[in-house]
Amino acid sequence: MMKELLYHITAFKSLPLGEVGGAALWIILLPLANFILLGLGKKYLKNMAGVLSTVLLFIAVVIALSIAYHYFFIDGKQNGVYQTITICQAHWLSLSPTMNVELGIQLDALSVMMLVVVTFISSMVHLFSLGYMKGEERYANYFAYLGLFTFSMLGLVAATNLLQLYMCWELVGVSSYLLIGFYFEKPSAVAAAKKAFIVTRFADLGLLIGILILSFNTGSFDFQTVIQSLTNTQSSSFISITASSFLGMSTLTWGLILIFIGGAGKSAMLPLHIWLPDAMEGPTPVSALIHAATMVVAGVFLVAKLFAVFAIDVTALQLVGYVGSASALFAAIIACTQTDIKRVLAYSTMSQIGYMMFALGVSKYGGEEGLGYSAALFHLFTHAFFKSLLFLCAGAVIHLVHSNEMKDMGGLRKLMPVTHIAFLIACLAIAGVPPFAGFFSKEEILSATYKNNKGIYILALFTSAVTAFYMFRLYFSIFWNKSFDNHHHEHHGEGTITMKLPLLILMLCAAAVGFIPFSEFISSDNHPFHSAIHIGFSILPVVLGLCGITLAAFLYFKQNDRPDKIVNSIQVLYKTAYRKFYVDELYLFITKKIIFNGIAKPAAWIDKNIVDSCMNGVASITTTISATIKNMQSGKVQQYALYFFAGVAVLLMAVLYVWK
Amino acid sequence: MLLSSLVILPLLTVLAVAFCKELQQIRVVAFIGTLLQLALVAYIYTAYQSQSITQSNFLLERDCEWFPLLNIHYHVGVDGISMAMIILTAIIVIAGVLVSWKIKELSKEFFILLLLLSAGAYGFFISLDVFTLFFFLEVAVIPKFLLITIWGSGKKEYSAMKLALMLMTGSALIFVGLMGLYYTAHSFDLQTISKTLLNPEAQKIIFPFLFIGFGFFAALFPFHTWVPDGHSSAPTAASMFLAGISMKLGGYGCLRVATYLLPYAAQYYSPYIIALAAIAILYGAFATMMQTDLKYINAYSSVSHCGFVLLGIGMLTQTAITGAVMQMVSHGLITALFFAAIGMLYERTHTRQVKELGGLLKVMPFISTVFIIAGLCSLGLPGLSGFAAEVTVFVGSWQRTETAYRIATIVSCASIVVTAVYILRATGSSILGAVKNEHFLSLKDATWNEKLAALLLLIGIIVIGIMPYVLQNAITAPVVDIMNHLNANK
Amino acid sequence: MTVGLTHIIVLSTALFFIGMFGLFTRRNMITMLMSIELLLNSVNINFVAFNKYLYPAKMDGVFFSVFIITVAAAEAAVAIAIIINLYRTHKSIDVDDVADLKQ
Repeated sequence: MMKELLYHITAFKSLPLGEVGGAALWIILLPLANFILLGLGKKYLKNMAGVLSTVLLFIAVVIALSIAYHYFFIDGKQNGVYQTITICQAHWLSLSPTMNVELGIQLDALSVMMLVVVTFISSMVHLFSLGYMKGEERYANYFAYLGLFTFSMLGLVAATNLLQLYMCWELVGVSSYLLIGFYFEKPSAVAAAKKAFIVTRFADLGLLIGILILSFNTGSFDFQTVIQSLTNTQSSSFISITASSFLGMSTLTWGLILIFIGGAGKSAMLPLHIWLPDAMEGPTPVSALIHAATMVVAGVFLVAKLFAVFAIDVTALQLVGYVGSASALFAAIIACTQTDIKRVLAYSTMSQIGYMMFALGVSKYGGEEGLGYSAALFHLFTHAFFKSLLFLCAGAVIHLVHSNEMKDMGGLRKLMPVTHIAFLIACLAIAGVPPFAGFFSKEEILSATYKNNKGIYILALFTSAVTAFYMFRLYFSIFWNKSFDNHHHEHHGEGTITMKLPLLILMLCAAAVGFIPFSEFISSDNHPFHSAIHIGFSILPVVLGLCGITLAAFLYFKQNDRPDKIVNSIQVLYKTAYRKFYVDELYLFITKKIIFNGIAKPAAWIDKNIVDSCMNGVASITTTISATIKNMQSGKVQQYALYFFAGVAVLLMAVLYVWK
Repeated sequence: MLLSSLVILPLLTVLAVAFCKELQQIRVVAFIGTLLQLALVAYIYTAYQSQSITQSNFLLERDCEWFPLLNIHYHVGVDGISMAMIILTAIIVIAGVLVSWKIKELSKEFFILLLLLSAGAYGFFISLDVFTLFFFLEVAVIPKFLLITIWGSGKKEYSAMKLALMLMTGSALIFVGLMGLYYTAHSFDLQTISKTLLNPEAQKIIFPFLFIGFGFFAALFPFHTWVPDGHSSAPTAASMFLAGISMKLGGYGCLRVATYLLPYAAQYYSPYIIALAAIAILYGAFATMMQTDLKYINAYSSVSHCGFVLLGIGMLTQTAITGAVMQMVSHGLITALFFAAIGMLYERTHTRQVKELGGLLKVMPFISTVFIIAGLCSLGLPGLSGFAAEVTVFVGSWQRTETAYRIATIVSCASIVVTAVYILRATGSSILGAVKNEHFLSLKDATWNEKLAALLLLIGIIVIGIMPYVLQNAITAPVVDIMNHLNANK
Repeated sequence: MTVGLTHIIVLSTALFFIGMFGLFTRRNMITMLMSIELLLNSVNINFVAFNKYLYPAKMDGVFFSVFIITVAAAEAAVAIAIIINLYRTHKSIDVDDVADLKQ
């Protein structure tokens, strides 16, 4: 068996990346080792579990960074184009003589960037969790799940083919389920985990069928083959996939839309976003890792990975743009009304992912025209840092206050100075204030949108002002507003150094990563280009952002009754937004009333009362007939004699009249 | 002789068990007997592997006359598909004996019946003569009736009777089909019949008898109603055997006898099979959602999952049939694991109602983890066997481009969502959540035998999940043979 | 007026149906036995009459009736023996009380 296994892993090919390339396998294997070691040996590891997994993950970060260095600065480029390199492949299954599924690692600019982001944020979260999860009963389990998640997310971003992506996609979903439901004794956590899994699973159905469509028409699952044959308008698979149509759209459009539905589910786009706010039931570091920085951007990653194909199909790409912009605005409005700080951050995440999506949606393929693509991924990159920072800060705050509600907070700046500064910088970054990271990425998004779609541009501008407002609403409510009453609480400071260190590191990143000339590394066609910031163009968004901040300061800097007044004056609107536009209720109606009562119950009823009754009916008919026949045998001699004479008479008649 | 020993060994074990006196002796002898079975199967596998270079389809063949008057032979042999099924049987039988360790009441008879079942299953999978195949199929039916009526729970008499009668009806149909086959081809030999060109009209008449007959075993809609009642009334080991192997007898028969021998009719009836399979998949999944008893949940989900087997067979593409065989193996393992976990929970908590359970992960981490893994595997988590099998069926089904086939494929795909719903509902309220009943807190986790049983099944599931090509390589040659046969008889 | 075949056949038919009526309606086994005798005798009359009117040269019909009388005597003996036995076990010679054939 072992020999066979080894035989099936193709030897590392000669790599342009030199020795480092082969190490990419270790980036993925180390988190897996985490999962297996901690999962099996949790009894023996106990408190060492966290340290072990953190150390392993830091090794992975070092490898990822060195690979990124080699890829972007030394070996990755050939003739000015970033190459796609397959590091290793292991045979998994042949789905037809031509369709071989090889699990492996494929590096292109996008994957390398994602590898860095995922390992880096994951390591920060591991470090933070050492302190945050201390004393938990299932400490080792927690780190094992984190390992599983990191493994599957890395497998996802390094996937060589659509099926590997789908597999990791599902595994990511399951680890998310396990982590959201980590506090499994809380019914709300179990319900949230279930909801997250089922909603994304529903979206995954779209992804699965989309993959089936694309792979069937191109005869392969490999990203490269699929993209090549679907972008070459002369190829037979392109002709066949565009020639056939269903409900007025070509098969290609359907395939892409279904794939986007999969992405929208994971990335919490309208109307599949309902699981994300509930997912905040999980431990806060988990929210920072999964529900802010990595897993939820998988949808953006997916669209970006297949962007060359999306760029050909206008309908699908437009859908991406509109869904993205609608989600951005929708979530931003809801975020203004929520009082649970993690939920505010969750909606903010949804809104920012909406930004990335519509940036992809308005982008074109190739060169300067592909600015939207670079901008979307740039925003993904910067967002990972400041949003995970926000979540970790929120985690630190919750650790101290033991509550998620804004009203229990206020005036925390003196108790937690590091967290305060980190949170402030993250807020400035997300609000798009220069020179923090979010400014640069948002700026690129806005300029790409301005060029291609004015309508979305206006929505985006408005959303960015709202973003600034609700983020600072959060900031002021937590750290200023009223003074913190710490008599009721047992005060244990900001936490250990392991909790502060990740905040500081991420703070530096959130402040600095904006200066990376991102489009020189990541572009839609892998040709680097230079994108400049236009000072004149960026004035408007920054001013709007500052207006939002000022408004938030006006309302929430000191405790006052202005917010209540405003709420009272727009009560209906406020309530609608507070109840998240009743989308949850709509879903509840659909699932409870239509699916449960309308489909599942009748199905169970039919099975029990019709199908099964038919089977039982056959049995009872047999019994009835036999009972009837049995009654003829009464044991009464005279009856027998009667039958006998009747029989003779009938036979006699027959002989006389019928068979003459 | 090597293959025949597969049938003889369980029978010898039966004899040995019959002479045992004490409980301890009985179960140790039974366990050793099943271990020997596994060793024998492993040996047969190596013998098979060493021969598989040759061109012949069936290996380790042995052919002798049994009843010359009717040309009935005792003809055995294995190919990749039957090899896979034999390994599955060996694993499930061991696991079944291990989880029945605590049976005190009439334990001798229990193990004897269990071993008889395994003899029947082995005989079925190795037969190359359709009459002996039918003979062994019958051998595998009767003990089930006794297992359920004597050691069952709930409305066991009703369920046992229903199961036995419905399976007997299936057998009767199969028998009629076999007679048809015999009088058309004048032979009972699988290979001989496959080489003769049967009259298409005759095929059309014979096929429904055989397919529906085996369909009774494989939970073909609407002949699946014995499944929920039968499984839930049966004792744990019998449920494992029933869902893990018996339902596979049907799937194997549909493929090996009906589809392989009657290729023209298989293509003629393919749309109907697809329709029934797609209905079973989605409808079974929806019906599962409303169940409240853990065993009913797994039983209905078996209906849904076995639908994939029939869907794969009905699609008649190489990938889909490969997927169907993989699904048989995978579902056998998963459902056995699931029933084992449910049985362990029931033995401790004395309830299978989802509403009455809760928070068991805290009390019994091992069993609960096994339950969760079985659930995740059932909902098709990559890395476990269910995913590899289902995705193969999906990809194979998608290769049929006709609209009706596409609809059936999409309907079947949709079941992955429904499956997630019922699995997570069951897990959420029985394993997770707060501990609902005080007396659960004093319950003990799995014992060594239960752990061993679960691990054995888990290893199978994980190996197939991570390296499905191992299974696939084994079954490719016979599937290609079936495909060639189908293509030659368009 | 001469007595023709028809008269005798009418007589034997009447006798036959009287016997049948008795057999089906009487619950007393002795009466039933007597009814059976009536049935047999109606057949005897037929045999003798057909012999006399249709084949006067032959004696076959007469022989048959002698046979029947003999068999009927034996039968009556067996039947009465059964009835006596039944009476011993069931304390009744009502035919409905003896529905043991059902089992």
